[in-house]
Amino acid sequence: MVPVSYYITLSAILFTLGALGVLIRRNAIVIFMSVELMLNAANLAFVAFSQMYASLNGQVFVFFVMTVAAAEVAVGLALIVAIFRNKHSIDVDEISTLRG
Amino acid sequence: MNTELLLFLILALVAIASALAMLASSNAIYSALFLIVNFGTIAIFYLLLGAPFLAMAQVTVYAGAIMVLFLFVIMLLGAEQLRQRQSLTWQQPLAIALGAVLLVETVYIFLTRSQSELLPSLEQILPDFGSPTAIGELLFHEYLLPFEITSVLLLVAMIGAIVLSRHRDVKVREELRPE
Repeated sequence: MVPVSYYITLSAILFTLGALGVLIRRNAIVIFMSVELMLNAANLAFVAFSQMYASLNGQVFVFFVMTVAAAEVAVGLALIVAIFRNKHSIDVDEISTLRG
Repeated sequence: MNTELLLFLILALVAIASALAMLASSNAIYSALFLIVNFGTIAIFYLLLGAPFLAMAQVTVYAGAIMVLFLFVIMLLGAEQLRQRQSLTWQQPLAIALGAVLLVETVYIFLTRSQSELLPSLEQILPDFGSPTAIGELLFHEYLLPFEITSVLLLVAMIGAIVLSRHRDVKVREELRPE
């Protein structure tokens, strides 16, 4: 069997890549996809620990995370479409109307 | 080296490479497609970890529904070729450095705190571990209330998406419409 630490390390790497994507990219949709990558990395850690402790609670939690992610994507993409309609851009540097 | 470890290493390589390619590609369509590859590998990891129900949900919900929504919006907006214009030149190297620090920190904490135990093999735990039946029983007994709240959440998200993406001048058009 593969040790659980391998899965946790992979999950940490994927989470870091997602965080890096949020910091580096300026395209709002790609930033959003990076957030999905981070959610998936957390899910992978959940499932790995669920297997390690032979408990299904972690898997049920992943199920809920997936549901929340679906809701988040629906609302988030609607927001991006609304912003694009107003600004004709989804560059996050140009979405600075609230700047004080 | 046993076959499962080999499979894990190959899949991990594919997952990390596709995540990197998602970050690096300038075309948002390619980013979305690389992310689908990544989600597919994660689904296979779920299968290896004894979570067949989650693996199928990952493929249908994430790689299917969510990414189709992403691709649809990218193509609808036609914003796939956004030029990467940096307003802050120091941001990118700083982000990479901080990301490296985060990675080292996380891996260090995980590997020192956990005694890196081996996973129990699938025969040791229940034979239907992670099957739709087991998940469903847990979901409808212990987690019944969160499950029901989830349906409200999805309803609210649906209404929110409809309200947000509705044209603002609907009311005006209705007023202008001849009787």
